[in-house]
Amino acid sequence: MTRLRLARALLLAVAALAALGAAPPGRAVTEDQVREVAANLRCVVCQSLSVADSPSETANQMRAIVRERLAAGETPEQVTAYFVEKYGTWILLAPPRRGFDLLVWVVPFMALALGLGLAILAMRRWRRRSAAAAPPAAVDDATRARIRREMAELDS
Amino acid sequence: MTRHLRWLIPLAVLPLLVLLAYGFRTDPRALPSTLLGKPAAPFTLTSFAGAPLALESLRGRVVVVNFWASWCIPACYEEAPVLEKAWREYRDRGVTLVGINIQDKEEAARKFMSQFEFTFPNAADTGGRVAVEYGVYGVPETFFIDRAGRIRERKVGAVSDEVVRAAVERLLAEKS
Repeated sequence: MTRLRLARALLLAVAALAALGAAPPGRAVTEDQVREVAANLRCVVCQSLSVADSPSETANQMRAIVRERLAAGETPEQVTAYFVEKYGTWILLAPPRRGFDLLVWVVPFMALALGLGLAILAMRRWRRRSAAAAPPAAVDDATRARIRREMAELDS
Repeated sequence: MTRHLRWLIPLAVLPLLVLLAYGFRTDPRALPSTLLGKPAAPFTLTSFAGAPLALESLRGRVVVVNFWASWCIPACYEEAPVLEKAWREYRDRGVTLVGINIQDKEEAARKFMSQFEFTFPNAADTGGRVAVEYGVYGVPETFFIDRAGRIRERKVGAVSDEVVRAAVERLLAEKS
């Protein structure tokens, strides 16, 4: 269903472009190349959908812009940078791996490493402690007799 | 864990709490704009009346650019009278309102404009290029552009008389 709509949207986009003659001559741009860029862009009118996946009119128009810019000779990075310039890094589905946003990429792994380290330390300590602990002393006859006596007192 | 390291456990939870406290306060729908203070992207459209509508030709005036659509209910319907009123009030004081109709059908857009008796220039942004140039997320969105052509303010959602008046007066008060 969604795929059908997507296909139809794409078809419409292609038809519209052809009709408008909007694609400048020069570089031929494949659907995959457009998709590659669009997949990293957040659809501005949807929640949690990329421009490549959204069947909305806006996403459709944004794909057309991506196609146009690629056809004009821009690299995928330049096209992405254009959208970032207009919308901020918000437009990217994955935050950039630099500056403050780098934290998002690094912190989970750091936390994992820290947790593993602590777990290993703790396990080592437990093993050392159980090895060091003296075997429980055997219960002598006098103590056993006393336990029995006191249990009997409790019962009565 | 040695006894003197015990305090590390609650301490480790602290950054997480801070992060959560910050995260739950931010609005996932908040829409940042990177364009404030930057030159407004030039555009040349053809108005519904058939006249060319270029931002460049309005340099020296305070420009209010409003993105709208006839299907945007109720916000666009709420602010339409506000915009028309502002245009009538300020057109002779160096302010121009520009309506940009996006993702709409021409017929529906024309009906909307006649319903609210729009007299300020309006044009359709077929293809949505101008909307992307302005980092528009949805309708309505309003941009206040100063005499030097820089975007100074951006309002998402319906604007009120007070909001428009305050923003326009602020920009008018500036020396060009």
